[in-house]
Amino acid sequence: MPKTHHVRVRLNGVDHEADVDPRVLLVHFIRETAGLTGTHIGCDTSNCGACTVLLDGRPIKSCTLLAVQADGSDLTTVEGLMHDGQLHPIQEGFHQEHGLQCGFCTPGMMMSALALLGKNPNPTEQDIRWAISGNLCRCTGYQNIVKAIQYAGRKMQQGASA
Amino acid sequence: MIQQTSPEIGGMGHSVKRKEDRRFIQGKGNYVDDVHLPEMVYGQLVRSPYAHARIKNINIENAKQVPGVLAVITGDDLAKAGLAWMPTLFFDKQMVLATGKVLFQAQEVAFVVAEDRYAAADAAELVEVEYEELPVLVDPHHSLDADAPILREDREQKSNHIFHWEVGDRLATQKAIEESLVKAKVDAVFQRCHPAPLETCGCVADFNTATGRLTVWLTSQAPHAHRTLFALVGGIPENNIRVISPDIGGGFGNKVPIYPGYVCAIVASLKLGRPVKWIETRSENLQSTGFARDYHMTAEIGADPDGTVKALRVKTLADHGAFNAAAQPTKFPAGLFSICTGSYQFPNAFCEVDGVYTNKAPGGIAYRCSFRVTEASYLIERAMDVLAYELKTDPAELRLKNFIPPEKFPYQTPLGWSYDSGNYRAAMDKALEMAGYRELRKEQEEKRKKGELMGIGVSSFTEVVGAGPSHTFDIVGIKMFDSCEIRIHPTGKAIARLGTKSQGQGHETTFPQIIAQELGIPVADITLEEGDTDTAPYGLGTYASRSTPVAGGATSMASRKIREKARKIAAHLLEVSEEDLEWEPGKFFVKGAPSKAKTIQDIAFAAYTNLPAGMEAGLEAVHYYDPPNLTFPFGTYICVVDIDKGTGEIKVRRFIAVDDCGNIINPMIVEGQIHGGLTEGLGIAFMQLISYDESGNVQGGNFMDYLLPTAVETPNWETGKTCTPSPHHPIGAKGVGESPNVGSPAAFVNAVVDALSHLGVRHIDMPITPWKVWQILKEKGMAE
Amino acid sequence: MIPPSFEYLKPRTVPEAISLLEEHGENAKILSGGQSLIPMMKFRLARPGWLIDINHIPNLAYIREEGGYLKIGGLTREADIESSDLIRSKFPVLHDTAFVIADPQVRNLATIGGNLAHADPANDHPATMLALGAQVVATGRRGERIIPIEEFFVSIFTTALQHDEILTEIRVPVPPPGSGGAYFKVERKVGDFATAAVAAQATLDGQGVCQGVGIGMTNVGPIPIKARTAEGFLKGKTLTEITIAEASRLAAGDAQPSSDSRGPAEYKKALVKELTKRAINRAIERARQ
Repeated sequence: MPKTHHVRVRLNGVDHEADVDPRVLLVHFIRETAGLTGTHIGCDTSNCGACTVLLDGRPIKSCTLLAVQADGSDLTTVEGLMHDGQLHPIQEGFHQEHGLQCGFCTPGMMMSALALLGKNPNPTEQDIRWAISGNLCRCTGYQNIVKAIQYAGRKMQQGASA
Repeated sequence: MIQQTSPEIGGMGHSVKRKEDRRFIQGKGNYVDDVHLPEMVYGQLVRSPYAHARIKNINIENAKQVPGVLAVITGDDLAKAGLAWMPTLFFDKQMVLATGKVLFQAQEVAFVVAEDRYAAADAAELVEVEYEELPVLVDPHHSLDADAPILREDREQKSNHIFHWEVGDRLATQKAIEESLVKAKVDAVFQRCHPAPLETCGCVADFNTATGRLTVWLTSQAPHAHRTLFALVGGIPENNIRVISPDIGGGFGNKVPIYPGYVCAIVASLKLGRPVKWIETRSENLQSTGFARDYHMTAEIGADPDGTVKALRVKTLADHGAFNAAAQPTKFPAGLFSICTGSYQFPNAFCEVDGVYTNKAPGGIAYRCSFRVTEASYLIERAMDVLAYELKTDPAELRLKNFIPPEKFPYQTPLGWSYDSGNYRAAMDKALEMAGYRELRKEQEEKRKKGELMGIGVSSFTEVVGAGPSHTFDIVGIKMFDSCEIRIHPTGKAIARLGTKSQGQGHETTFPQIIAQELGIPVADITLEEGDTDTAPYGLGTYASRSTPVAGGATSMASRKIREKARKIAAHLLEVSEEDLEWEPGKFFVKGAPSKAKTIQDIAFAAYTNLPAGMEAGLEAVHYYDPPNLTFPFGTYICVVDIDKGTGEIKVRRFIAVDDCGNIINPMIVEGQIHGGLTEGLGIAFMQLISYDESGNVQGGNFMDYLLPTAVETPNWETGKTCTPSPHHPIGAKGVGESPNVGSPAAFVNAVVDALSHLGVRHIDMPITPWKVWQILKEKGMAE
Repeated sequence: MIPPSFEYLKPRTVPEAISLLEEHGENAKILSGGQSLIPMMKFRLARPGWLIDINHIPNLAYIREEGGYLKIGGLTREADIESSDLIRSKFPVLHDTAFVIADPQVRNLATIGGNLAHADPANDHPATMLALGAQVVATGRRGERIIPIEEFFVSIFTTALQHDEILTEIRVPVPPPGSGGAYFKVERKVGDFATAAVAAQATLDGQGVCQGVGIGMTNVGPIPIKARTAEGFLKGKTLTEITIAEASRLAAGDAQPSSDSRGPAEYKKALVKELTKRAINRAIERARQ
């Protein structure tokens, strides 16, 4: 058996640590070791984006990163979006604009949206479509996801100026 | 007419925001892979690398040595329990784990169970299978050749022929076509594709040795039917099986069949007495579970020179792969394919289909589709365009000329369907107007003069949904009704349970809207549960756009039963006779004295506290709804494409979709369904393909090669609607989920062919890739 | 899907990484962005016994102009190349390229060093680097050596790097005034590998005469291909519709595509021709800006 490695991450503001086999994928660490099942697995080839989480603020595909590589990093998953019992504007946008159907792609999609709006608070439709081009959705046809992200962008700007 | 309720009540026609969203946007959905049980272990399938090979030997010793491995199950082990084969949903059987030989690449050969999924994966790799390769049959056109290898040695019939099915008047159709002055013919392949919901298939099987009960968390679109099949096949008493479909990450027909992995997990749990989780990888999902289509079709139309159609003849070869695992409950081998006369008045029609075996994954599932209606709709809408070219007439004009007019409904088609209602011209007119059709044609003409390629595609589909009336459908004899049980609590709140199962369709919102409409109880006060066979009434599940037409009918009827009892209680409370009461959503009031009223909440409380003498307590009802007929949604889609001559790339510039699905429960959700279905149609038209090389190796077995549209390729959909209620449905609704997927492929293809039609192009098979377009341009001297 | 077992090593310096490579031999593999390697391991097509993760070595990720070169650290993420103002303004061909590699999440991990060292002819940076005449800095036991990019790609998945060398830097000569470049890619969908793609980098004098041009091609041969015939033809010529058309024809001749699910070889040659034309035209446009 290979040597295990101690991994410590800050996950949604909470420290998690465990000794892991180096081949454990980050997505399995998040789902099974940390027990946060909002991050999903939809493919084997880093195409679908259902496993998207933020690693030190950047969206990455957690099925294509080893848990040992994330040692010492700051991770945000869908479970980290809500604050003080309040929905994040992105969550609100997805609800208001019917940006989800089966809900399976939604957590990863929202993580990509969060990263986009962090960099570009007022994205164009094309900016949004390219920013979520690494996230597949089989239900919505993306149109309402675009609207949801626009909704969130507006709401976050209002929040920032208020 | 549907009476308008207040937004607070949120009955039909309100775009109520979805109740199920709250858990999903917090990452608190509960999908099968999220189920974690104490002592749970993991299963992994070993699959065949060959498409056709005899199994000489399986050595499991090395696999068993991997630390953490608990069991390795082979086909021979299952054979001892009589479980090496299982019935498919359409009069065939399928190997659970291969015995004797394998018949397609990625076929299930052994099942490894281990303490964790990492050990299971390692051990699966160490199962050594010795194969002797056999000749491979990939092309269905060669299935019936004299020298073709016979694939299914288990069958009495030593042939690769599965069925021949025909419907209509062969001779009259032949005669009518021969006598027609104008003829059009198209050979069209609807390619093998896969629904690829974002969540793959999987289960957690938990046999509790203490209670003798088996609980299966299953990615199932039809949990009750699956429970019954598990009981019939496995010999476990049905009361000892509980199937739970938790949240489902998209289905699109992929989650209707029973797959070998489920059976293996159940067997392993029975053997080990521990919960066994089995979750497919994406590659396994694409390579082995239900594919769709693979229909090789020819349509011929005979018409008068003025464009009036006289006859339609359709001949089809259906490739079912290694087993006929068509997950379809109709009584016909080709499902509802005989809907192929579409929206037009054909006096004569004939349709025949032959099914064959090949060394490919088994299936023939209905991908966002009512059992071959997508193939049928695509074929007729392509054929009508070819006829328009023959006649040198505008494809929209040709359709308008041949539409079944509104006054002819209910309309009897020559192939045996009775269309409930339709106003095809209205939908077409609206689509033409939204598109600015005349201007688009003008623009196209100008572009052609400049050598630029632009195309406009029209598709005016008629759908058939709502499986279904028991004269046409059953699953192992079980009629295709669906069910709803409603219980009103003393405080006026309610819970409803249905036999359906949402996979994203929004049932937790829309079914309460029907109850809100019928009883005036606010949507917010109604909880909806589905998917647990221990609690929900028996139903046949969610696919083929059947939930609204069938379970929606049941919900409405169950609500009305409650309303009838409520009327009696209201009469008692108001001390008037029942005849003196009038209903408006939410209350009964005395005729002529509207202030003398009892709300549904008052009545609910009285149902437990103050009943008329002799009346049973409580306020609840259950209804099983067997629809009298199918419903027939329709619409017109218009697609505009631009083609890059240098690269062959196609850009969908605009897409206009006018749908008529009868009365609408939730416009927001209907529009969302249409967006999604159109995007799947886009993928099918331009990208999605499961193909095989000559050795039977799957091409397109993962998302690097099985291409699905991203947000960048997907255009903004322009939607519109007309409303022609179903006359036989309790709330006049028809169902909509699959319409955009059924109607759109022809619109996309027609648009591309239209862009090239002046070069003499009449047809291009899907998926239409840039290289196919470029090859045509090169042939026609338009590219170098 | 689950990768096979391996031992994981996390060196903190380049020399430490190199000694680990030496120690574990061919059974060891460098883990950079991992966006090609980890999927291959999940499919069990790659089974390294030792993974040497270089992500914790400081000072391997940078983008800077120095001594007449653009210097990019081997560990620089594609996303950082995409968002770099220096690259966008002075090396637009590199910006074009980074933007069409895979998707945003993959670009946040994938590194330019990995993109080159993996030597997949379908990767995008090789063509661009061929067009730009870049140099690869390989660091080994005996220090650094410079490998011209033309000599870097040996065969499919094989580079001129020795087993105990690490690609630590890419150097791109800063183009003279009057230069411009562009990368054009046809892909089956966003995020796909190229069906074919062409990078062109051109330098014009005041009269519009081509002082030099670099043309690199993606996924049209067993290794990334430099369209030498086309380059040779254009040098010293005025760039007109006719000369560009001829160069594009020659570039298609330099391509050696094979037929696959992305299309027949003949189509890919036609794409090379079309994309060469588009890339040169865009390069000229940018050169004149």
